[in-house]
Amino acid sequence: MSQTAIPTSGPTPQGVGVVSKKTGVRWVPVIGLEVHCQLKTETKLFCSCRYEFGASPNTRVCPVCTAQPGALPVLNREALALAVRVAVALGANVAPRTKFDRKNYFYCDLPKGYQISQFDQPFCTGGGLTLPSGKRVRLTRIHLEEDAGKAIHDRGDTTLVDLNRAGVPLIESVTEADMQTSDEAYEYLTSLKEILQYAGASDCDMEKGSLRCDVNVSVRPEGEPWRTKVELKNLNSFKNVKDAIEHEIERQIEAYESGDKSKFPVQETRLYDATTQTTRTMRSKEDAHDYRYFPEPDLVPFHVEPAFVELQRTMLPELADARRARYQRDFGLSAYDAGVLTGSRALADFFEMVVKLSGNAKETANWITNGVLANLSDPTIAAKTVDELPFRPHDLAELVQLVTDRTIHNNVGRTVLRAMFETGKSARQIVKEQGLEQVSDEGQLEKWCREALVGKDKVIADVKAGKTKAVAALMGPVMKASKGSANPQLVQEILLRIIQTEM
Amino acid sequence: MTQTEVDIVKKTATLARLELGEAEIAKFGEQFGRILEAFQKLSKLDVSGVEPMTGATALSDVLRDDRAKPSLERERALSNGPKHDGEYFIVPKTIGGDA
Repeated sequence: MSQTAIPTSGPTPQGVGVVSKKTGVRWVPVIGLEVHCQLKTETKLFCSCRYEFGASPNTRVCPVCTAQPGALPVLNREALALAVRVAVALGANVAPRTKFDRKNYFYCDLPKGYQISQFDQPFCTGGGLTLPSGKRVRLTRIHLEEDAGKAIHDRGDTTLVDLNRAGVPLIESVTEADMQTSDEAYEYLTSLKEILQYAGASDCDMEKGSLRCDVNVSVRPEGEPWRTKVELKNLNSFKNVKDAIEHEIERQIEAYESGDKSKFPVQETRLYDATTQTTRTMRSKEDAHDYRYFPEPDLVPFHVEPAFVELQRTMLPELADARRARYQRDFGLSAYDAGVLTGSRALADFFEMVVKLSGNAKETANWITNGVLANLSDPTIAAKTVDELPFRPHDLAELVQLVTDRTIHNNVGRTVLRAMFETGKSARQIVKEQGLEQVSDEGQLEKWCREALVGKDKVIADVKAGKTKAVAALMGPVMKASKGSANPQLVQEILLRIIQTEM
Repeated sequence: MTQTEVDIVKKTATLARLELGEAEIAKFGEQFGRILEAFQKLSKLDVSGVEPMTGATALSDVLRDDRAKPSLERERALSNGPKHDGEYFIVPKTIGGDA
């Protein structure tokens, strides 16, 4: 379903759109998105099969999701709970009563010959989200529906069907046509994904198909009414969405400016081809499906009580936006670092646990953004995400403390962190085993300093002439001799003392 | 039989993937006409103030817990399809689809 709302027009923000070089007309794009997200439940929407991405074909199916005669669907309570939680996170209105409808069409991946969806009484309407740019994008509605199976066409001259995915719970969210640039669409998807991930409602992993996006695009000369919209499908990444919108805007403007009415955009669905970065007609309005929606008689109506909505509100964690503001306000972090640390809920939760234990938010932030994330992106390190870290928040807090109380030097800390990734051992244990504790023993430091001074007459002369900064040239050799364990402040003091009092 | 009835039968047949001959169209057209007539009678009833029903039972809010149960053995699931290769259902090549 999901026709984006009919033109409400409204004023065009100044300077938005594309000015044609040919005609000087300012063309303003009108963009709306329909996003399907797979809910993170254990079982399917209407049966107790456990879905798992990548499972062997047709091993997660039962009489309900393969449409055996007499099998009856029963709604998954958790799917409804997660859907309501998303609605609350997006400030939408949860309907007190909701029902399901049959959307009828024939396709080999749809065993019943209809999809159970929601037509005129979706579980929620309204709401929206504010993009980082400050732009507000309103939602028309969100509804619950079941996914179809998977049809494979590229193996021989028949089509293969895997029904594992048939019946998996989806929420489809439909925006108002509030966006005017491909960047806004991109930002919207990023923000939506972040909210759904934080809410624990969906993984939103496009590669695994747990987030899918269709786009509606039209263009109009500034100030004029809305024109024919085109639907874009087959968008497999956020970048594809952005590229496809840009291409489609260009195509439509060119078509209108050709002046040839036979070339004007028509209401149709177009498929995006990422390799050629072009779109082609999939079906025209004449071929548009007649879905013949009618109430699903196998399911009963559902009442969503205010208490249920409130319960879901309490299950929502603090969202990324709020955390970014708090990290800057309470921890004095930069907007950039706050952004990095809230990149995923797992990372933000990890950061907060370490801060609680280390008592030093700024140092913890540094060690995570520069140390932990750098190691995670290193292909020679086994762990790829925060969830896979071989150590606990407590261990990183210990490292932060060892550095801040100067038991070890900052550079040694990096070596220790690396070893933590490689061995999973605690920071203290690694420091002990490798003898990395910072050396503050004056006798030992003096010995290294005297060795470093041998033959460095120029530096000595400079220091004696008052250029105390010249001593920096000797720090390297001392640190090298001590394998990085020398306390640099003490080394500097000792070097200056020797030069100034003995030479 | 009116032209409208013929059109409705043809469209319904297309949507249901049914191939009908001229004689069948005539026969179903007449039956369709009678059905529509009966519904037209119903539509004359005053139902203002009556809650629309979406089911024949008075039940509501039938939900289940999100707990997995064993799925069918693949062999059994596939055995109900017209053709399979031990892993997938096999159907005539169809490209297009929806959703």
